[in-house]
Amino acid sequence: MAHRERLNQGEFLFWTGLGIASFLGFWYLSVFLGIVPRQFLPAPHEVLLRFIRLINEPFSGYTLLVHIASSFQRFLSGFLLAVVIGIPLGLLMALSKYANQIITPFFESIRFVAPIAWVPFAALWFGTGIGGPVLVIFMGAFPPVLINTYRGGIHVDKKYLEAARMLGAGKLRLMTEVLFPAAIPSIIAGLRISAGLGWQSLVGAELIVASSGVGYMMVKGQASIQTDIVMSGMIAIGLIGLLIDVLLRQAEKFAVHYKEI
Amino acid sequence: MADIVFDSVQRSFKQGGKEFLAVGGIDLTVKDREFVAIVGPSGCGKTTCLRMVAGLEMPSKGRVLVGGKEVQGPGPDRAVVFQQFALFPWKTVQENIEFGLKSMSMSTTEKRDKTAGLVSLMGLEGYEQAYPHQLSGGMQQRVAIARAYVLEPEVLLMDEPFGALDAQTRVVMQEELVRLARKNPKTVLFITHAVEEAVYLADRVVVMSRRPGLIRDVIEIKPIREKEGWDSHSRIEDVMDLSSFVQLRSQIWRLLREQNLGVDH
Repeated sequence: MAHRERLNQGEFLFWTGLGIASFLGFWYLSVFLGIVPRQFLPAPHEVLLRFIRLINEPFSGYTLLVHIASSFQRFLSGFLLAVVIGIPLGLLMALSKYANQIITPFFESIRFVAPIAWVPFAALWFGTGIGGPVLVIFMGAFPPVLINTYRGGIHVDKKYLEAARMLGAGKLRLMTEVLFPAAIPSIIAGLRISAGLGWQSLVGAELIVASSGVGYMMVKGQASIQTDIVMSGMIAIGLIGLLIDVLLRQAEKFAVHYKEI
Repeated sequence: MADIVFDSVQRSFKQGGKEFLAVGGIDLTVKDREFVAIVGPSGCGKTTCLRMVAGLEMPSKGRVLVGGKEVQGPGPDRAVVFQQFALFPWKTVQENIEFGLKSMSMSTTEKRDKTAGLVSLMGLEGYEQAYPHQLSGGMQQRVAIARAYVLEPEVLLMDEPFGALDAQTRVVMQEELVRLARKNPKTVLFITHAVEEAVYLADRVVVMSRRPGLIRDVIEIKPIREKEGWDSHSRIEDVMDLSSFVQLRSQIWRLLREQNLGVDH
């Protein structure tokens, strides 16, 4: 936030530390006062120890890293599918009002259906194969990609489109060389939302239709009332989500490098 | 042959449900390789006229013909230089200049040679890999002119190309454009609201009146320029001191003022 003065390093560390300490303090307090039965709420250090142990010890067949890899692979498939379909379609909608009119009704009708609502079909069509979670992730990741690409595309300054047309560019070049680069900041913003939603829906899908993955590991942990495993899964989800966001922000810096130099 | 013909051209716009006439019926011929400047106050429809030649807008009535053919849409035979440059910020100088060539069928080496030629003609050597925002306004407009010239268009359309430049840069660009235009004449339609610029650059100056845009008068510059030897002066201020220049400038000024039009130059 530009209108605020930044904290200096000491203040930054102090206030961040205070936040974390109060959170952990509250957590420990709840555990030791027995507000929630101990077996349903593990202490922070127990979760941490379990998390570290899961890295080497297999649980429900695989180690934590294998579960993460398996989730990430599904995520990447669904997410990339959403990107590969969503970006060209969004640009096409931005370029042509006819394309926009054809696509919008379909899109508007699926947009408000929660990705998780596709789980029954994911299970029926794909069983426990990779297709199921990919479908669910795709349904979560696709709308933000499409909407942000489209919005980025229609807000491109008209002068660039006119210049390109005057220079003899056809529709394809307008899309790839004008709309796309001009819309990149908006597209990346969409990708960040879409990655978040996709990653969230993935875990939801794995709770139901998978035999590996972080979500699957969490279900198994819950079934055996090993809440420290469930929480380790939550931490893994959070960390990977953060990592994906950081990577996408780097991608944006790279893509709009012409502004930085 | 690439002449521009406005044949009873009208253009109306809808604004707030009401239709209003921006260009009220223009008949004008810009001859092949002639440099015509249109001057007029803001809102007189001069930019609309240029955009209709470019094919970025269509006349509501009448026709615009270039080289005898009715304009149907934009194309590289009628290159435009915009006031706001409209360079692609995500492309380097080189890529900007090459943009139009990419749609043409010619060998890569030919494209390279043409681009290099314009880079050197416009004094852009050393900036080929720079991005537009790294350049000054004057340099950016050089790139825009190079991007238009490289297509070797028969018609060059310039919409207040120097309007966004500071006074000094503007003078340099005007002098360079005169050199370019006299050396390699093209059919040029040049929009400006600066009277001096129009007199200095053009063969003929068209004075337009405020909404609805109509042609108020057409002033011949070329015969006087040639008779008085303006082109023997390399500096714009030397030309502007000549009594023949002053006379023409005042004549156009009066035409604009007679109608009680607010002109800011």
